[in-house]
Parts: sequence; C-alpha cells; structure tokens
Amino acid sequence: MKKSLKARNNDIANTQRQLEILSNGIFKKGDLPTFAEKISETKQFPLRPKKLEILQINLGYMCNQVCEHCHVDAGPDRNEIMTLETMQQCLKVIKMTAAHTLDLTGGAPEMNPNFRWFVEEASKVGIKDFIVRSNLTIIKANKKYHDLPEFFKKHKVHVVSSLPHYTKGKTDKQRGDGVFDKSIAALKSLNEVGYGMQNSDLKLDLVYNPSGAFLPGNQQALEQDFKKALKTDFDISFHNLFAITNLPISRFLDYLIASENYEDYMTALVDAYNPAAVANVMCTNTISVSWDGFLYDCDFNQMLNLKVASKIQHISYYQEELLQNRNIVINQHCYGCTAGAGSSCQGVVA
Amino acid sequence: MSKNYYDAADLRKFGKISEWNEELGAKFFDYYRKVFEEGALTAREKSLIALAVAHTEQCPYCIDAYTKDGLQKGITKEEMMEAIHVGAAIKSGATLVHGVQMMNIVNKLEM
Repeated sequence: MKKSLKARNNDIANTQRQLEILSNGIFKKGDLPTFAEKISETKQFPLRPKKLEILQINLGYMCNQVCEHCHVDAGPDRNEIMTLETMQQCLKVIKMTAAHTLDLTGGAPEMNPNFRWFVEEASKVGIKDFIVRSNLTIIKANKKYHDLPEFFKKHKVHVVSSLPHYTKGKTDKQRGDGVFDKSIAALKSLNEVGYGMQNSDLKLDLVYNPSGAFLPGNQQALEQDFKKALKTDFDISFHNLFAITNLPISRFLDYLIASENYEDYMTALVDAYNPAAVANVMCTNTISVSWDGFLYDCDFNQMLNLKVASKIQHISYYQEELLQNRNIVINQHCYGCTAGAGSSCQGVVA
Repeated sequence: MSKNYYDAADLRKFGKISEWNEELGAKFFDYYRKVFEEGALTAREKSLIALAVAHTEQCPYCIDAYTKDGLQKGITKEEMMEAIHVGAAIKSGATLVHGVQMMNIVNKLEM
C-alpha cells in the first residue's frame, strides 16, 4: 500500500509549501485573479459566517485506505488521533451549540479507539442530523468493524460514504485495488439493516468526486446514473448522491502538479466560478474541529493549517457568539467550492 | 500569434467570436446551449454523440471539450471508445458505400 505524503517526506506535506504554490505562479503573475479579488467583484469580500448549522469534527487522520486524491493525506501511517479528553471537550460544545448537524469525519473515524463511546454519548444529545462519514471498506476491513451497520442503526446515524464511480475500474484507480468490491459488500450490509432503502429513515448518502483533473458533472444526473447502475448490477439502494469537487490541496495538489494538470485545473475552476455559490459555501455555516481540538472554517482550511481568524481557536475555549464574529480565511483553493453549482460536504450549493 | 494552426488555449476564447458579430454569435450560443440540454435524449447521450462527431469532424477543440465533458458526466473510457467506433464505422461506411457508385460506373463502361 502507498504511504502518505507525510510518511514519504514529500514537499507537499508541508502546508506552508502548499500555500506558496497556491499564492504564487499563475495567480501572482496575474494570469488568473486571486479568490479575494474574484469575490470582491461581487462585493462578497470579506467572507463572513452566517448562522452556524454544522459542527464537523475530525476524529483523526488514520485510515485503512490511501486514496490518490485525499485532501487529508490520510492513511494507515497517520497516527494523529483525537484523544478522549478532546472528545469530552467536543461533547460539551455539542450540548450547547446552535448547530443542527454533527458531522464526524477522518481519516476513517471508526479507527479512533474511542469512536463508539463518542457516538453513543453524542447521540444522547439529540442533535437533529448526526452524520458519520464512512469510507465503506472499513466495515469489511476487520472482524471488529463488521457490526458497524448495526451500531450505526442503533444510534440512528446518518451514513455518508464515498464511492467515486459505479464501475470497478474508476473506483479502484482512485481509491486502491479491491476497494470497489469491498465497498459494494459494505453497501449491501448497510442495505440489509435498512440503510438507504426507499422510505427508510436510516439515511445512506454517497459522495461522488471526480477521479482525475476534471470537475464533477450535474449532481442530479450523476445520482440517476449511480442509482440505476448500482440497482441493476448489485441490487444496492441509497438516498442521495453528493457531487464534490476535488480541491487543489494535499495529495490532489501533488497529483495535479505531477501530472502537469495544475494550471489547467486552476483555470477550469476559475472559469467555472459562480458568484451565486459564494453565498452558500460551507465555511459560512460550518465550524471544523481538528483531531487536536483546533478550530477551522472548513475541513480544507484544517488541512492547510489555516485556523479561524478569531481569538477563540481551540474547542476548550469555544464561544459560539464570539466565533461567529470573524472573517473567513480564504485562499485560491476556495475556487473549488465555487465552481459550477458549487461544492460542499453536502454536495452542490447553488 | 501562435505559429501553430491549432492552439489549445484558443478553446477558452471561443466566446469571442460574438465580439465581431454579436447577433449571430448570441444566436449560435443560445442554440448550442439549448441543443445540449436534457430532452428526449439525456445530456449524457448527447455528450457521447458530440464526442463521436468531434472525431469524425477531426476537431481538436471539440475532442478536448467533449472528452472532458464525458469525464465530468461519469462516462467511462470504454463508452467513449465505443462511441468513436460508431463515428468511425459511419465514416468508413460512408466511404465504402460509394464503392457501389464506382462499381456501377465500371460495370457500365467495361465490356
């Protein structure tokens, strides 16, 4: 299995280096406008938060997969894992937040040794939408994870899972050999306990992201294609498909540069800029918490180590009202969320 | 000006044709957009037709545009190649069917 950029001591693992790449080159030369310049055209600079709706918590960067496009640079060699103490601090916040959605992500969040305890405790709070982002293969990776569908069901967790394509070739190319077959087996297990079935309140949504240097197509059309193919070929059902644009950071940035697609990809993002998407980008209604408790405007800023521009930068000092009074930290990667119909962890935004 | 007849960067400038004839340019792009909307055929099917025609027309801009469009729509490389073969089959069939004309002339003129 491939190693993470960090384990390979790759230059791109350094977030400062990523920010240099994103700030210089075609943007410094003036070939393309910076994101700040672009949103200034429609008087949307500085970007400000709206009502907080989503608290997204990253339980750690450890993962059983090493996907080619991963913006987290996750993998089995990453040992950054949220501690029980930080989870307890998060629980305090979950109890008092105005956010209606709790979104657990990783890595593979299930690999955190305290994952089940955290889900049990958080589910008692009665938050409206409790999401766990599962990569699917973890369910089949080891016997100790085989009962995850039952566990999710017990706690009425909303499962959101990545599946880049309904064909084996495209999926395995992006996520690794054997991932497609394991993902199909995991989806069947989720369907068996009631997830993703028509009229079921056990929500199962899929995330599609392009397997290469191109933007996602129409979310609704892709959803129809996925539903038809997965039903016909494997008798699998799911509810919604979220089409997510790959942002030019971390492993995907490394791929763009190595494949000499970086400039064309950034140009495509800028050409597809949609000012209507800016109003609804996820950083305006989300707070992202890292494995070590620091706060970010979104998961992507977390991976670039761009903390919130606020006096409150850690979950242990969390004060929602103060936090909401901040400017959102932006850079050129933000074009990924404003291209076409826009992109967020919940799919299109415009 | 580029020394090459074709420059990939020119594709982004396609819209500029309207600058020298706004009315006809606008009419063309309106028509173009409408053609590719979902209709009796899906946008996915239309994209594959466009890709096949792009090849028979041997337009590098169109091949670039509709290969990317196909990828965005989740079309697989196998589907794309099959579509190109459809175009190639029609193109070669159209050539070969004229062979009947040649045969007719030969049959008429030869003793």
